[in-house]
Amino acid sequence: MFDLLSRFIAELRRVGLPVSVSEHVDAARAMEVISVSDREVFKSVLRATLVKDSTYREAFDTAFEVYFTGRRDGDLDLGPGAGPGSTPSSGAQPERSDREFTEDLLDALVEQNEGALRGAARGAVERYSGFERGRPVGGAYYRYRTLRHLDLDSVAERLSALGLVGENENEVLERLNRDEARRRISHFEDLVDQEILERLVDDRGAEAVAETTRETLPEDVDVMHATRDELDELERALAPLSRKLASRLARRRRRRRRGPLDMRHTVRASLSTGGVPLDIKFRPPRPAKPELVVLADVSGSVASFARFTLHLVHAISEEFSKVRSFVFVDGVDEVTHFFAETDDPAVAAHRIATEADVIAADGHSDYGRALERFVERLGHDVNRRTTVLILGDARNNYHAARPEFLADLRERVRAIYWLNPEPRAYWNSGDSVVALYEPHCEEVLECRTLRQLEEFVSSLD
Amino acid sequence: MSALDPRQALAERLGIEVPAPRFDSPDDVSMLLSGVDYLPSREISAVTFLADRLAKPVLVEGPAGTGKTALAAAVADATGARLIRLQCYEGLDESKALYEWNYRKQLLRIQAGRREDDQTSWSELEDDIFSDEFLLTRPLLEAITAEDPVVLLIDEVDRVEIETEALLLEILSEYQVSIPELGTVRARQIPMVFLTSNATRELSEALKRRCVFLHVGYPDPERERDIVLSRVPGISGQLAYQIAQMVYSLRQLPLRKAPSVSETLDWARTLVILGYEELGPEVAAQTLHVLLKYQSDIAAAHEALSAEG
Repeated sequence: MFDLLSRFIAELRRVGLPVSVSEHVDAARAMEVISVSDREVFKSVLRATLVKDSTYREAFDTAFEVYFTGRRDGDLDLGPGAGPGSTPSSGAQPERSDREFTEDLLDALVEQNEGALRGAARGAVERYSGFERGRPVGGAYYRYRTLRHLDLDSVAERLSALGLVGENENEVLERLNRDEARRRISHFEDLVDQEILERLVDDRGAEAVAETTRETLPEDVDVMHATRDELDELERALAPLSRKLASRLARRRRRRRRGPLDMRHTVRASLSTGGVPLDIKFRPPRPAKPELVVLADVSGSVASFARFTLHLVHAISEEFSKVRSFVFVDGVDEVTHFFAETDDPAVAAHRIATEADVIAADGHSDYGRALERFVERLGHDVNRRTTVLILGDARNNYHAARPEFLADLRERVRAIYWLNPEPRAYWNSGDSVVALYEPHCEEVLECRTLRQLEEFVSSLD
Repeated sequence: MSALDPRQALAERLGIEVPAPRFDSPDDVSMLLSGVDYLPSREISAVTFLADRLAKPVLVEGPAGTGKTALAAAVADATGARLIRLQCYEGLDESKALYEWNYRKQLLRIQAGRREDDQTSWSELEDDIFSDEFLLTRPLLEAITAEDPVVLLIDEVDRVEIETEALLLEILSEYQVSIPELGTVRARQIPMVFLTSNATRELSEALKRRCVFLHVGYPDPERERDIVLSRVPGISGQLAYQIAQMVYSLRQLPLRKAPSVSETLDWARTLVILGYEELGPEVAAQTLHVLLKYQSDIAAAHEALSAEG
């Protein structure tokens, strides 16, 4: 068991979770005081000792399922009416028709009978997934085959028609019934996933399965190539991240210097020590905050990256004395007011996508023209405290690059940074013209993940 | 087993008897906490049980209003211990958290000494004014020097500066406090310690390493129904379930502020007072503002609830 724990922790470290030696020791001790037979308790306890950040929860859960599933040496509860997971079942199950099977599943869903649900998941995988030992396909394939046969959408419909929460008398209750049906179905889908995973682990061993199921931590996902699900997860990760970033920036700013002596407070404090000013009080410091101007390419390929960056910058806008944002494709438009008018970044992003006037000619990025307009619109509204941030892959579609506008702008601002969401290896290949702009920027940085973005923003001052 | 038992090792170092475990099993935790009207999830029970057995503090993290502080209060209540609470805030320092010399009293003592013919030498006086009598204990010191059983709650630890966190480290891992003038004060018992955090900033690695971590999220509808039933008198099972489902559905929406458990309870009480037995569109229209605190959220909820499909 301790050997298994070590291998599990090695896997967590491969995923990128920071697990220290003392946490390993704690987990081992925890295993001594807790009964391993209760899976849920066991999982909670391991998670409590090994993972100290809730954003890593999902990555932990995935790895846990791989390493501690399929090892249910009979001491764990197996659902009634089901044999051990790995042996092809014999007995009553296969004789039932698909219809009966679905009815049983529906009953189990209505009663929320965990054992029966588990049994149904096992049965479904047995009947429909076409699982074969040694076949080199991923879990997603079996999952797809299983769920396709089950037709869970119509099960969900019947389930919500039953009125789990209350009779379908009005639209509110209808909605609640629908949500509840969906929740139970998705719980069942999780059980199916677990069942498939169990078989895969049994077939190939935990290490091999971990290799294919490993989760990328949200902050390490490559924004340009993220899937829909990953983008959703990034969206969720962004809120706590920007909050942390804002408090870090604020703290740093406050700590740097203390303000002038506060006579009134000092004298008041000295009264409690007989007029001796033991505690000297200072006013809080008020250092100048920097101004930030963001210019983001929102053409197809880099749009999601621009969205995240604008989102992050506006979420921490209190840390700057002024934030202005512009977006461009081949025309430029200011979008600062979209963020000012709503608290919901998704709404602002939507308005940028639909309302911003960024297309002047053919709808392909034109950095030269965009820079020209940008500099023109900024006019004299920049000064030595302004930091300019340009986001884009500098893929110019063979238009004129016109770096002279950037050179001109640099004369008048404090610094220009360029964040490029492409891997460094692709720069200056094809129509990418990073090299032409690079001499006029403080720095051009590769910025593909939230982690890189966060590092950059926290270094700004 | 015994060689590994952290409670025994800690007790030996502190020179105290090995305390009896507070709980027999995770189920025992669930039972005791349910007895004081706190319905824990399996995870909460398991981690609480573990923290007691490993003699480690619990770092509880999660959204506001999900019962983090209530957990500590419930554990104190269930184990018959006194709750000592340290509310963290920016600017908290050791004189507010650990101990402080009562220098008003020290000054008085010195001045009182002068009146007489000044028999006491300076070193005697110094020993005198730096003794227990002149020490003001603050929550952390109080928790470890207490004779009766206590539960220590360090609330919203993410509000203090990262440097101040260091103050907590000694007490969290060694259960002792070093006072330069007095020496080291060791704990007379191993208290149960809870730290809560709203995750507004990253806590230091050193702090996290010393704790077991518990994420308290929103409860699932079944548990939330039970919470409503146990906390709101006179509510029917049907309505409680519908309330829990409603709140669950609302939390799936992209809201600025998702409803917390305490807001669910407020809403449930409102519905009971108004005499509703079932949810419907007009009930929602009239009372959703109890649950949601932003106009934009209320509008979004209405839209979602009235939309078909």
